[in-house]
Amino acid sequence: MRRRIALLALLSAFVLAPLAAGPYLLSVLVVVMYMAYLGQAWNIMMGFAGQLSLGHSLYGGLGAYVTAALFVNWGVPAVLGLPAGIAVAVAAGAVVGALGFRFGVKGVYFALLTIAFAEFTRVLFEHIPSLGGTGGLFLPVGSRDGVDLLRLRGHPLMFYYLILAMAVGAFLLCRRLLACRIGYQWLAVREDQEAAQALGINVFRAKLAAVMLSAGLTAAGGVFFAFYYNTLFPTQAFGMGRSIDIILAPIVGGLGTLFGPILGALILTPLGELITWGTEALGFKAAGLKQLCYGLSLLAIVKFLPDGVWPWLRRRIGFDPADDEEEGT
Amino acid sequence: MSIDLANQIVTGILTGLVYSLMALGLSVIFGVVRVVNFAHGEMTALAMYAAWALATWLDLDPLLGMPLIALVMFGCGYLLQRGLIDSFIAKPEHMQFILLVSLAIIMVNGSLLAFGPDAHGVQVSYGFDTYEMGPLLVDKVRLLAAAASLAFSLALMVFFRRSKTGKAIRACADNLVGARVIGLDVRRLYAVTFGIGTACVGAAGALLSMLIDVMPPTGPELTLLAFIIVIVGGLGSMTGALLGGVLIGVSEVLAGYFLMPSMKSMFSFAILIVVLVARPQGLLGGRK
Repeated sequence: MRRRIALLALLSAFVLAPLAAGPYLLSVLVVVMYMAYLGQAWNIMMGFAGQLSLGHSLYGGLGAYVTAALFVNWGVPAVLGLPAGIAVAVAAGAVVGALGFRFGVKGVYFALLTIAFAEFTRVLFEHIPSLGGTGGLFLPVGSRDGVDLLRLRGHPLMFYYLILAMAVGAFLLCRRLLACRIGYQWLAVREDQEAAQALGINVFRAKLAAVMLSAGLTAAGGVFFAFYYNTLFPTQAFGMGRSIDIILAPIVGGLGTLFGPILGALILTPLGELITWGTEALGFKAAGLKQLCYGLSLLAIVKFLPDGVWPWLRRRIGFDPADDEEEGT
Repeated sequence: MSIDLANQIVTGILTGLVYSLMALGLSVIFGVVRVVNFAHGEMTALAMYAAWALATWLDLDPLLGMPLIALVMFGCGYLLQRGLIDSFIAKPEHMQFILLVSLAIIMVNGSLLAFGPDAHGVQVSYGFDTYEMGPLLVDKVRLLAAAASLAFSLALMVFFRRSKTGKAIRACADNLVGARVIGLDVRRLYAVTFGIGTACVGAAGALLSMLIDVMPPTGPELTLLAFIIVIVGGLGSMTGALLGGVLIGVSEVLAGYFLMPSMKSMFSFAILIVVLVARPQGLLGGRK
């Protein structure tokens, strides 16, 4: 009961936040929700099914590029381009997953395989002139006042509520999945693959389902990114940096938990902004200083709270882990 | 086959030998400590900056600076393993990944703060000398760098085969429980191993500073390059790292020659994907 109330309070705080927030704070909140959403998507693969993907930018980038290219070149509205983008990303996920799982590429090697695919695609897209190459793909900026959900053009507020809805949707979906047959299968595979196989679980299918679902959700996040920022560069859409950004929130928040990605995003994004603000207020304007502080903070978090912030906070405020989701340990 | 292509291939082999030394460090660390050093290229970039600083401010040839940088990097690696990484050895892979990625972020941006975004390269007095070998033209710098790299690698192999510490480290890699039973100080040996890995990086970085320019994004690129090499050669295999380095060095120049220089890493990643799927243990790695 206490959990329900806390959840509702948190949700209403986010729904009402734009009333108090100026344009700057709204843009920060958009990033928070975007990171929470992507973290949730990645968590399905790593937190639930135990498959470490370090190349998740591949799926976000593919979704973004396909949908944006359809829009820029043929004026296809985002609502029609989105399924195409998701389909391409899911297919890519299926290829990576099938190759990895069929040929027994495990652990670190699987993680490196995912990086290899993402980097391969990055260089490939840098050499496709019709998609802008290294120069980038730019979406025409339309009116910033209206609300056109079909074309994903409009006011920043529309984007905020859209990404909030996506984050809440992903949260509910993950919650539902964990109570389903496939959710239990994932946890079994994560804990002990051989034992899961002995129980008659089709391990290959379960893992493939996790990759494809995670890829599809990530692609939708990529589409949001493309239409919100209106620019796409291969280095930024497919680069290692993007993949690292995706996985930070759930790991800092708490791997395998439903709240982890949200809490992680709520910590990391404001932390980055705070560091920018702090270094500027102190009169430092050196390039790299912000990222340096960010790296140091990250180091401190993994060193002192290795299980993530949420499991620690949960104990502190006395929530019973049993009615949250499964335990990581 | 045209002479031009043959020259390119020789260049690829020689550059590849320097890559090999860098990758050797990654392979040694993974093979023994079982930690994937995701900050490997960033460490190499730091060594390149160090070589540049020595060459610019003290007028020290990178070939002479190499032992010094390797020694300092050994100390850094030893302390890093002792102070930080050791407590993450038993943790899951993704935690080690985040730890090393945060170290990498710190190194990249630290070098950006210290040296700025510009490219730095060492220009030695014999930079444009070439040797004529039959029909081939070989750069003197490249040849010297490759020779130094090969010498360092061979010395390391002899160390692991002959010396007592080397044998003890191999024992830790082969059978950790057994190593503990016979009373080896595993924590110290892990720190020494990490130090050896970073010493390779220090030496390779000093040599690379003569061949390519270093700027902050060089680090992450070299990390990925080192990964490709050790996976292709076989993680944990020393001769594998040597072979992998040469292969990738040659494939880079071929991709540059037949396609476009900017597409060379795509070519390397394609090789990596094929090897991971067809032979995950690498060309020279043993089945586990």
